[in-house]
Amino acid sequence: MNQPWTRRLRALASDQDLIQKVGYTALTLVAVSVFIPIVLVLGYLVFKGVGVIDWEFLTAMPYDGMRKGGIMPAVVGTFYLTVGTAIFSVPIGIASAVYLSEYAKDNALTRLIRIAIINLSGIPSVVYGLFGLGLFVLFLNFGTSILSASLTLSIMTLPVIISTSEEAIRAVPQSFRTVSQSLGATKWQTIRRIVLPEATPGIITGVILGLERAAGETAPILFTGAAFFLPQLPGSVFDATMALPYHLFVISTQIPEMPFQIQYGTALVLVFFVLSMNLVATIIRSRARAKRQW
Amino acid sequence: MDSNVDWKEFLLTWIIKISGYSAIVFVGLIFFFLLKEGLPTLTEVSLSNLFSDRWYPIEEYYGILPLISGSLVITIGATAIAVPLGIGTAVYISEIAPKWAREILKPLIELLGGLPSVVLGFLGILIFTPNLRVLLDLPTGLTALAGSIMLGFVALPTVVSVAEDALDTVPRSYREGAWALGATNWQTIWKVTLPAARSGVLTAVMLGVGRAIGETIIVMMVTGNAPVMATSISALFSPVRTMTASIAAEMGEVANDSVHYHTLFFIGMILFIITLIINITASAVVFRQQKRSEKALS
Repeated sequence: MNQPWTRRLRALASDQDLIQKVGYTALTLVAVSVFIPIVLVLGYLVFKGVGVIDWEFLTAMPYDGMRKGGIMPAVVGTFYLTVGTAIFSVPIGIASAVYLSEYAKDNALTRLIRIAIINLSGIPSVVYGLFGLGLFVLFLNFGTSILSASLTLSIMTLPVIISTSEEAIRAVPQSFRTVSQSLGATKWQTIRRIVLPEATPGIITGVILGLERAAGETAPILFTGAAFFLPQLPGSVFDATMALPYHLFVISTQIPEMPFQIQYGTALVLVFFVLSMNLVATIIRSRARAKRQW
Repeated sequence: MDSNVDWKEFLLTWIIKISGYSAIVFVGLIFFFLLKEGLPTLTEVSLSNLFSDRWYPIEEYYGILPLISGSLVITIGATAIAVPLGIGTAVYISEIAPKWAREILKPLIELLGGLPSVVLGFLGILIFTPNLRVLLDLPTGLTALAGSIMLGFVALPTVVSVAEDALDTVPRSYREGAWALGATNWQTIWKVTLPAARSGVLTAVMLGVGRAIGETIIVMMVTGNAPVMATSISALFSPVRTMTASIAAEMGEVANDSVHYHTLFFIGMILFIITLIINITASAVVFRQQKRSEKALS
């Protein structure tokens, strides 16, 4: 009695075309279920926030317990922090990438450096915050300041900059170096005049992607440089600063009866800030790829 | 060439070499400062207090087990979401998708990876958790489940991109061999391509787990932050507090060098060690794989 049933089931289970169809459908559904929430979230954010953003919102000080006015100090603060991060992380990151691709031998020390880089990229952002508090704020006595926050963010950004720059430098063909050195150039001259210029678009892409992450992070600046509210802009690198991510955190969790428009507007400005960096990086990368002759 | 150039070159080479070692120096410094500020806890708080199930620092209860269990619950939940969705999407993108779908999905997932976590947390508070509360008829939407789902999507871009890279490096000849033997596309994916890419896929999973366990701002915003020991499956539907959220929420209010301060650093130290283990294991898998493929080539 049961025989036909199980037989039919077995026949179905060995019907490879059917299995493939079911499998493909399942995977397509998975992809759709990833696609829809992302589009919904972004669309909703733009829909709710775009009406709020105008020139005044971007350039006015907040007032009335931040429930009114604009977000200018947070925008300026995030700009300061991003520039500060770049000042420290870009030279060290690029130099480190040059070392790994041009100088490092394939030995245990180099492997250790690579493991260290992988680990730096995996350390939770809040642990960077603790480290920044311990080293920069307290031990070196920089206080809760733009300087401490920038230094903390720049260490967090290093692994991104190092690995993307190294990839870009390695992509420059070996023959370029050989020719340059056979013409009498020293190793450094070859790097400076031949390798780095060729790798520049890739390096810039990496730098922007790293800074993009720094601009959007909240946890590392919580105890190293972010201020809840400041009546004026920071005057020096030893002052704390407001910043967009922390400001969004504050107005969406700490302030009762906060108007939704300002929250959505702030979130959208932060997303614009970060995604426009992303867009610039993508454009530089694809242009360089299109132009490349080798 | 004059000696001026030699001198300059010598100096620059040294700067480059020192920068090259910087990653090691920074990992060392981070660990040193976590130890320096975190280890005093062991002399100030008794072990039975530290490893108890009560976290209530105002009354000097420093039990970190509820925080560890909170992190664990949310990480497991996030992994349960990110791994099937992430690997499924990676397989879809690299093996099945028509070109146009790939061109839309890939940048979109990269975009998700680039969104600041505070923005996701903000939308979580305002839209996601209220709806979750109504949908599941809970007293509050700020639960471990909310955190798990959101972190699943945070870990997703990492899982997708690493797993997709792994699938891409599987040589085309493997697939052609399978087809020639009469396997369907689906059998090829399932029995040949995925197994060949398994170490890369495993790395993807581990990096995704690392991403989820370290996330701070989102869990702080959407999980309710109640330091309750998670003992059963029902913990998913109640508020929890993770290690990361405790540090972020409490560090701003503690006095420097107090017991509470040292304990928060101690928690940071545990987090550091956990992610260290995850990342070293993940990179060991990658290195071994590289060696094997080099051998196969030579």
